[in-house]
Amino acid sequence: MSDRIDVRKTYKLVIKGAFVRSESGRSYEVTDATGAFWANVAQASRKDLREAVVAARAAQSPWWAASAYNRGQVIYRLAEMAEARRGELAEHVAAAEGVPTAKAAASVARGIDRIVWYAGWTDKVAQVFGGANPVAGPFFNFSLPVPSGVVGVIAPEDSSFEGFVDAVLAPIATGNAVVALASATRPTPALLLGEMSATSDLPGGVMNVLSGDRDELAPVLCAHEDVDGVDLEGAGDAVGALAELAAGSIKRVLRPPTTGASELRKLRAFIETSTVWHTIGQ
Amino acid sequence: MTDQQLDQSRLGGFTYDPAPESASVARIADAYGLFIDGAFTDPGDHEQFVTLNPASARPLATVAHGSTADVDRAVAAARRAFPSWSTTTGSQRAKYLYRIARLIQERARELAVVETLDNGKPIRETRDVDVPLAAAYFFYYAGWADKLDHAGFGPSPRPLGVAGQIIPWNFPLLMAAWKLAPALAAGNTCVLKPAETTPLSALVLADILAQAELPAGVVNIVTGDGATGAALVAHPGVDKIAFTGSTEVGRLIQQRLGERGTHLTLELGGKGANIVFEDAPVDEMIEGIIDGIFFNQGHVCCAGSRLLVQESIADEVVRRLLRRVEQLRVGDPLDKNTDVGAINSAAQLARIEELTVAGEAEGATRHTSSCALPTEGYWFAPTVFTDVAQSHRIAREEIFGPVLSVLSFRTPDEAVAKANNTKYGLACGVWSEKGSRTLWVAQRLRAGVIWANTYNRFDPTSPFGGVRESGFGREGGRHGLEAYLDV
Repeated sequence: MSDRIDVRKTYKLVIKGAFVRSESGRSYEVTDATGAFWANVAQASRKDLREAVVAARAAQSPWWAASAYNRGQVIYRLAEMAEARRGELAEHVAAAEGVPTAKAAASVARGIDRIVWYAGWTDKVAQVFGGANPVAGPFFNFSLPVPSGVVGVIAPEDSSFEGFVDAVLAPIATGNAVVALASATRPTPALLLGEMSATSDLPGGVMNVLSGDRDELAPVLCAHEDVDGVDLEGAGDAVGALAELAAGSIKRVLRPPTTGASELRKLRAFIETSTVWHTIGQ
Repeated sequence: MTDQQLDQSRLGGFTYDPAPESASVARIADAYGLFIDGAFTDPGDHEQFVTLNPASARPLATVAHGSTADVDRAVAAARRAFPSWSTTTGSQRAKYLYRIARLIQERARELAVVETLDNGKPIRETRDVDVPLAAAYFFYYAGWADKLDHAGFGPSPRPLGVAGQIIPWNFPLLMAAWKLAPALAAGNTCVLKPAETTPLSALVLADILAQAELPAGVVNIVTGDGATGAALVAHPGVDKIAFTGSTEVGRLIQQRLGERGTHLTLELGGKGANIVFEDAPVDEMIEGIIDGIFFNQGHVCCAGSRLLVQESIADEVVRRLLRRVEQLRVGDPLDKNTDVGAINSAAQLARIEELTVAGEAEGATRHTSSCALPTEGYWFAPTVFTDVAQSHRIAREEIFGPVLSVLSFRTPDEAVAKANNTKYGLACGVWSEKGSRTLWVAQRLRAGVIWANTYNRFDPTSPFGGVRESGFGREGGRHGLEAYLDV
């Protein structure tokens, strides 16, 4: 009995800052790129998704009410947490994407740098996307970018960490709360990031991460009346149908990028412009 | 009963016990070298000068007097470091700046005590303002380092090169942060010259830069006096000078650089007007006036040193103001209950005394707090002048001390005219509950910063700087990058 029996982990959903099994009791097996067993993962139900939307809605106002500086510090803290678990993330990315460890490590490093990049955006979006408007009258007129609210993210199916980071941190940096569907076949790197969010001072409910069957979940997310916007980057063939569902409550829809898209595309996608007129006079 | 007697009876004889922060947290060395090319030089290699604790006039340490040759070596080190620093990715530069921000946060207590000992300002201010803001500026500009394409200066804006940065003694660490953070984010390398009387926090910062493993030569810190600064300004290897200090010295620097065309930004003196309308929120306004002039002993270039109060409420405002001044706690800067600390130097104290004597001689009425002052060190009791005319020296010249001049006005037009009746234009305050009028006044004030129903607010995202003889260029915000970009 010299060989130690390893302790295996079940990967759970991240809802409202807690790690939960699906209320449905379902889980599914995730394999690595070679088809070998990798992990058991909770399979979210439509009810779990609706719970996540409720959590996101409750978390969004306080998250946006925090100072931009504070939000930046929290997101930077997430990068610090991810940095400490780089090796683990790379191992998961290598298994999930079937790439050599070095390549996976490079992808994780880019993903963490991307978190840092977004940390720096929180207190800059107002100056870059907002500004004073010189109206022809005695008014002080200025426009500020404000968050759309609750954003549904259908993360890329292939890029299990880097793609997930980019899709989720952009709306969070601009003050939204997110309900994200992780890659269905490669969910563990995203669920790990969800774990790290719990130790980075990110308020529970700002980043909710669900794993499961996208055909079941994505339509519910896109049709949900209390979701303000959806990022369909990972929706594949379903983009058109999901975009149609999103029209039901006039959601902001971010379709998959075409070549040559600006690196600010995701950052701009889920902000609204709020314009204030104030009289000037003695 | 007088207000004072009323206060006494309400307080029931209550007094504050001393609540001193420990000076030993500062870990000040006996002697310091210069920080050049990533390492400290041997203090023995330099002529040394003493830096004092202004609260006791006793020596804290000796510091190297940077010579022309030292400046030359520092500029050469910055030049050598420039090609690699300016071409490394913005993301790499950002990470160094984030590290520096974090280290400032981690060594916050040490920095606060060092700053209070060397400068004389209350620990409450270094702890709650100077140090956290210094970290915040590094955080903010760290975020710009990898986003320069989006700063509004066109694609891939280029840095200027080697920046010579000369900073004042009133906010030593914070001014170092204001200078270094945007310069480094934009890809410049730096030679920083701290003020003669307050070199220590910059030397702690040098240690932090080394801890952050910032590449050698990217930041060099050369302590010294005006001669050291002049050597930096005169150095042909410097591409940009950023100076914060007096208008007199700023003028000399601009003249000196006129021939060579070196890039220049100047943040100079001020004679800020705090304009109070009769509908101002009273309690906030009184606190705002107090904070506007007595924060940091009035050693603030944007201090609200002229109070312009609407005639209908002038008597009441002055009465309440004098009562509040009497309550200010003046004394040991390391005491956490202290509101007003020591004057930074004997020279500055002499200037304040000279101007206040002139104020009395010219006919203004002087009201000075009856507070007891320590017997050692440099101290000046909070002072308010009433019956001040615009022609008085105390209404025209920057006193840079805890001295407020009160004038009055009747109409908004008159308030604007009086506020603008100065060669300076750094900051103004407007106090009124009527937003439209505040904006109307703000549009007409010739000042770089206008605070409405608040005063002395600073934030890394907000551009700060003056118009007219208060200088040119902005520090803070997206605008602050322009000072360090070749655009």
